[in-house]
Parts: sequence; C-alpha cells; structure tokens
Amino acid sequence: MSALSIVYAALFYIATAFFVIGLALKIRQYARTPSPLKIPLTPAPLTRAGVSWRLAREVVFFESLFRSNKWTWLFGWLFHGALLLVVLRHVRYFQEPVWTVIALIQPFGTYAGFAMVAGLAGLWARRFLVDRVRYISTPSDHLMLALLIAIGLTGLGMRFVSHTDIVAVKIFMLGLMRLSIQPLPADPVLLAHLSLVALLLIIFPISKLLHAPGLFFSPTRNMSDNPREARHVATWAAALDKQ
Amino acid sequence: MAAAAFETPKLKEYPVIPLIQAGATSHLKPFVANETIQTNLSFPGELVDNWQEKAIAKMGELLGKYRSLRVYMDACVHCGACSDKCHYFLGTADPKNMPVARQDLMRRVYRRYFTFAGKYFPWLVGAVDLTREVLDDWYSYYHQCSECRRCSVFCPYGIDTAEVTMAAREIMASIGMGMKYSNEIIGKVHRIGNNLGIPEPALEDTLLGLEEDTKEETGVDVKFPLNVKGAEVLLITPSADFFSEPHVESLIGYAKVFHAAGVSWTLSSSASEAANFGLFIGNYEQMRKIALRIREAALELGVKRIVVGECGHAWRVAYSFWNTLAGIGDGASDPFAIELQKQLDHRYKQPMHICEFTHDLIQRGALQFDKEKNDDRIITFHDSCNVARASRMGDFAGGQFVIPREIIKAVANNFHDMAPETICDSTFCCGGGGGLLTDDLLEIRVKGALPRMEALRNVADEHGVNFMACICAICKAQFTKVLPQYGFDMSLVGGVHQLVSKAIRLGDK
Repeated sequence: MSALSIVYAALFYIATAFFVIGLALKIRQYARTPSPLKIPLTPAPLTRAGVSWRLAREVVFFESLFRSNKWTWLFGWLFHGALLLVVLRHVRYFQEPVWTVIALIQPFGTYAGFAMVAGLAGLWARRFLVDRVRYISTPSDHLMLALLIAIGLTGLGMRFVSHTDIVAVKIFMLGLMRLSIQPLPADPVLLAHLSLVALLLIIFPISKLLHAPGLFFSPTRNMSDNPREARHVATWAAALDKQ
Repeated sequence: MAAAAFETPKLKEYPVIPLIQAGATSHLKPFVANETIQTNLSFPGELVDNWQEKAIAKMGELLGKYRSLRVYMDACVHCGACSDKCHYFLGTADPKNMPVARQDLMRRVYRRYFTFAGKYFPWLVGAVDLTREVLDDWYSYYHQCSECRRCSVFCPYGIDTAEVTMAAREIMASIGMGMKYSNEIIGKVHRIGNNLGIPEPALEDTLLGLEEDTKEETGVDVKFPLNVKGAEVLLITPSADFFSEPHVESLIGYAKVFHAAGVSWTLSSSASEAANFGLFIGNYEQMRKIALRIREAALELGVKRIVVGECGHAWRVAYSFWNTLAGIGDGASDPFAIELQKQLDHRYKQPMHICEFTHDLIQRGALQFDKEKNDDRIITFHDSCNVARASRMGDFAGGQFVIPREIIKAVANNFHDMAPETICDSTFCCGGGGGLLTDDLLEIRVKGALPRMEALRNVADEHGVNFMACICAICKAQFTKVLPQYGFDMSLVGGVHQLVSKAIRLGDK
C-alpha cells in the first residue's frame, strides 16, 4: 500500500463527507427558513402539479435563461447537459457489474467531455467580452470556470491523449466504497484530475454551486398561485395574530 | 426643492443595451426620514452609534425569517442574464443598476459576515465589510429599484431583486436610515387613514362634489357613498383616486359600474387607502398593520364583498398578502381569520379587483356600452408591474393580462398592444414604483421610464396611439409627470375605468 493511495483515499473520504454533510446542512437550512408571504412570480401555476412542471422546465430546459439570453443559455445548457452525460459515464467506475444504461451512455459520455469544455469556454468568454458580465465577475467566478475546465481537460487527456491504467483506477474506486484501500496508479494527469474533483466536491456547499439546490427552494418559482383560496401563514407571522 | 439638472435620455427606434458607465447615478438618493417620521414608526430617529453591528444582526434576523433572502444570497452565479433587464439600468447605464450588481451590494456583505469563503477569503468572492461607503451605496441604489420583479422573470433561479431591496430598506430603517417619502406616508395612513392625508370631512365633500359633477354629465344620480353600514361592497381604492387627475376619472367609472349593476357599495373613511407602503420598505409588521385597517373597516361596515380599485402594488398586497396578513380571503383554519371570512360572501372572490368585477358583469351581459364614445382614442395598455408579475385576476394564470384588455376592447374600438417584449410579464415598470414616486428622485424616475417611453413612441408612430390605459395610481402619477419630458402630452395617460366611464350606458336615464 503506497502513501499515495492512502492520501487519495483520505482525500476522497473527506471531500465526500464535506459534500454530503455540507449540502445536507444547507438544504436543511433552506427548508427550515419560512416563507412568510406568497410571492410566486406570476403568471404562476395554480396547483402543486403545475409548480412541479414549472420547476421541471427550469431544471431540464433552463426556460427562464432561454427567455433572457440565447448565448448564455446555449453555453450553459451545453455545459450542464454534457456534464450530466459525463457524470453518468463515470458511474461505471463505481459499480461492478455495470448497469446496461450506463454502458449505453459510455460513447456519448466520452464525447460529451468536449461539449462540456466548449460550453465552459463560451461562458468564460462572456466574462471577458460582455462589459456587463465583466463588471460583475469576481476572481472566484473565473476560478470556478478554470477548475471545471481543468477537470474536463485532464479527463479528456486521459481518454484521448495519454491513457491511464483505468482498470486499476476502477479497483481503487470500488475499494473506497468497501472501505478497503487499493493501489492507485501514480499517473500525474490522473492525480490532477482526482484532486480537482475532490476540490470541487469540497467547495460545492460553500460556493455559488448552491444554485443547484437553491432553484428548488426559490419561492418565486416553487410557490403555487392560490393566495385567495388558502390562507398561508408562517409560524413567526402567525404569532402576531395572537398578540 | 428643485432637483439637480439632468438630461432626459433620447428615445431610440430600437432598444439599445448601453455600455456601462460606473457611477452614473451614484449621486441619486432620496431624502432621509427625520426623527419624527422615523419614531412614529418605532424606528430609531437617526443613524444609531453601533449601526454596523445592528445592521449585521438585522441581516441575520431577516435571513432566518425569509427563505427568499436566504436562498437568493447563495444562489446567484453571476451569469448576467438579468444584467440588461432593469429599466433603471437601461435608462442610466450605471452598472450598479444591473439587478445582479444591486443584489451584490448586499451579497458582498452577506458573504463577509455569514459565509466561510467571505470570512477567510474575502478577495476571492468579492466580500466586503459593511463600511459607511457601502451603506451609502445601499441607500442610493436600493432606492433606485422599484421592486418590479422584471429581473426575476429572466433569472434561471428566479432570484427576485425586490426581496433583496426590501430587506436592505428594512435593515436601513432599523438602524435609523429610513426613507422620508415612504415612511412619512405610512405615518399618515396610521394617523389619518390615507396616504394623501385627506381627513373625513374633506373626503365627504369631494365625494359630494363628484356626485354633482356626474349628475351634470349624465343626468343620473350616481352615488359615491361613504361609511354606509350594510352595503354589499366595500371599495378600497388608492386615495389618489379622490383628488388626482386622471385618477378621479376611474373612480367615477367604478361608481358608474356599481350604479349600472345595481350593487350597493361604500367607501370607508378609516380605510380610505388601498396603497400599502409597508410593502415598499419591506416591513412585515407595518404592512400587516396597514392591512388590518381594511379588516376593521369591513367588520365595522358589515360588508359582504371587498373590491379593490386601480392600484398596482395595492393589488399585490390585497391579492397575495391580505389573506395572510388579515384573513381577507378563504381557507382559514384559525379563529383570527375565520371571524371575517364568516361575514364575507364566498360565492365571490375575496378580495376582488375592480377589473374582475367589471369584466364579470360584461361577461354576464349586465353592462351596455356605447363604444363609439371612445372613438377619438387609439388605446394601448400598460401592464403595471405588481399586477403583471405579483398577482392575478380571474381563474387562470395570466388573467391579469387578459381581463383589463378585454374590458378595454368591450368599451372602445381602437386598441393596439405595445411590443411583446415590453408587455405582460415582460412589462417595464413606469419608473416610479416601489416608493420612488417622489420629486427628490425625479432624475431616476425620468431615466427609468425610458424603455416604456420607447415602446410607447413606437405604437404612437405606427398606430397613432394617443391613450395609454393603466390600472395603477403610481403609474398614472408617474406618467403624468414624465410624459412631457419625452415630448408626449400628459393627457395621454389614464385609467381603464376612465374608458369604461366614457362608454357605459346608465340605464335609468
């Protein structure tokens, strides 16, 4: 057992813990914070089912962004769609046998890596080319794109340029899931790829990546439009009626 | 006091997104409320000594009370989708009028005091301390937002700058930096019963005068009842409807509709105001207190229905919040709200918009019109932001767009909509909403009206439009003021019920 394997195993356990616990705490915080007033952005669905459909359209198609700006939508949607395929493709490293659906996604997931990087490059270009977006960009906005692009490029590098011992990587990952540390190949591109992914997991719950759970808790999008039909009162607001 | 001289923007044929000009409107801010105004609302009279500490504590409190604020502080990715959507940005080019940048004024402070990244790596995420300069920026730019929600339409996460602006104003008021205009008006509502400060005898006098005028115009005894117990309908309307032009024309329209339909109605002197500026300053307690006046008046007068006149933010509060704040609506399970809800007639929507009321009568064939009486007008309709994006009319989503237009088409022959990207849920604010309808903010009001003026110019040129119908007292007052700045006649603005008033047949002539 090499020190390298132990360090990376530890890194992944810690990163996963940060990701899962951090995200769970954030979601709990969002869920526990009351919405005292009905503030759906109208026209809004009148029923819960309608709200689910509205949110589904936002999650799947980025409907509001599409209405807003076609370039941002194109790059953003391309990146997120490609990322989904890429992530699904990576599921194969965490299971044996591999599900059929994951196996079927494999070829698409491989090339989606290019689409992902292209989408990210487009989003990054906007941060330099559009004066309004340049004005609002912070160092972390740039670094977040750099991080994602670096993850994409190191991944593509291993797939198309310099192959790593993918069988050993899979044994390492399967080992992690059984709490047994297996040897990890000392390939610098692989190590960079894994470190960056771990970093991404760690910063997820403390960064703007919280837009993912945030959308589901956004009152302008997740509330139904029925204030005349049903009285909506938050706990702290209801206390005022008793005074 | 005269505002500093400024240039009215030029109208362009096609909307152009301006290049940013940092600091273009950093000099604009409303008068700060004085000690009397502040203390009347139980806010500190002046900026408190430990204001920074107090402001951060208040922000923490609001983050725990409002999920919107909590989520919206975290969720923004700086994608820029909203950056060209605010009428104040389009009219001023000041980058801090981009919704994302306006939110960031607070988000940077939030990050500094409430997030790991901002506490330990402030430079990385643009976190800043709440300094006096930052507070001054807040005061300036959170009063260059009309809480119109247009940015939220285009945000992929639905982030609503109005929620952030309201929180910022709430924090500022709580440390002694309230806004004079809104806070003074809220004081008047509590003291006298309406925003304009019209006492009961003056109101009574005005209504009698209107009865005489209407009798002279139509030969019919159309009543403007006040404080009539046992009336069917309590009408809650903005106090501008009693005194201002063109507002009063719509009030006459409502009275004629009630008359023609044979529905007994009344105004209330203690609740002679639909407006609720508690919304603008983001203060739940004030908003509730103002809403409770309506509840008390309804209980006292024993009415069966509550109808609301043409007022945008008032309709938002009435439609979306009255049930929550005061139990005016349906579906209550607590004693507080059940008391009033037992009294109201639930065959009807409670509360109901005057446009819903009139539209319903038109649908049932209960009203007759001489449409040609409006033939001198070529009409367009300005969707008021709070009606369009924060409320509804009728039984289906989007009824707030359909119903006023159907009324106009039922009472007039010539109607043309403005460009689709400037109406319905994409409508541009008039530029004077959200507590900005004050002369100390005239420059931002004029500049913020630019996108609406451009759309209006286009239909005026193409279709000869000479009347813009509104259903909001603030829109009417704002346009009356800014239309001349853009070379329009101020009589071009009026109410939907002003058109109804002109064409309606009063049966017993």
